[in-house]
Amino acid sequence: MNAQDENRIKQLLKQTLPPVADGAEPERDLWPAVLRRLDADVAPRHAVPWFDWALISGLALFAISFPATIPVFLYYM
Amino acid sequence: MPDVSSSVPGSVLHRFRDGDLDAFEALFREHQRPVYGWILRIVRNTAAAEDLTVETFWRIHRAHDRFQPECPFGPWARRIATRAALDWLRAQRPEVELTAQIADALPFAPAGNPGIAAEIRSKTALAFGRLPPSLRAAAILAVVEEQPHKEVAAALGITVGAVKLRVFRALRLLRKDLEKQGIMP
Repeated sequence: MNAQDENRIKQLLKQTLPPVADGAEPERDLWPAVLRRLDADVAPRHAVPWFDWALISGLALFAISFPATIPVFLYYM
Repeated sequence: MPDVSSSVPGSVLHRFRDGDLDAFEALFREHQRPVYGWILRIVRNTAAAEDLTVETFWRIHRAHDRFQPECPFGPWARRIATRAALDWLRAQRPEVELTAQIADALPFAPAGNPGIAAEIRSKTALAFGRLPPSLRAAAILAVVEEQPHKEVAAALGITVGAVKLRVFRALRLLRKDLEKQGIMP
């Protein structure tokens, strides 16, 4: 590719993708979004997954339905 | 307005390095526009540029203890912004970005030359979108936005020679792609 070709491609590119105007600024204040992002970073992450809750509920239901099995469970724990 | 970028001990830059949130906000207020503008130049999508500005300042805050207050904040922020923008470009599908329709919808000035057929502009934009993100970023900053090669090199974390090489490769690939589409630039 010679210099002339290079210049033609550059011109085509500039005309296809015009430069961003100077002084472009966001349409909203982004500080609250930054703060939310920072807060999300420090938020506690020890939430119990739904599966654990389902397992605990199932075991509790089983123990209530068949109380005689509780000593067996305790023996094997 | 006080100069928040002073590197004197106890200044905003030192307090930011030590994790002071007020100092971080002062730096955000001073630098959010240039950071947003820089990202917009690379991604050319206003909504993405806003999200990436937030992402950039989050990354900046996360790296506060690695910041050296003796060095200027602007170029450091620009380097982080460039990385965030490149990550975004890599995550996009080439087919849906930088099409002529998207480019026309953005508040860029001046508008493209009406003498060039819309079809050629559209094909050029699509071909440009198919370039590797690292080449696209170098070409758009150096050629379209006419940013000094030294600044582009600093933002991309490469040498000036590497910027020139990337621009050359981008233009060569663009020419080949256009030729395949039947356009002889």
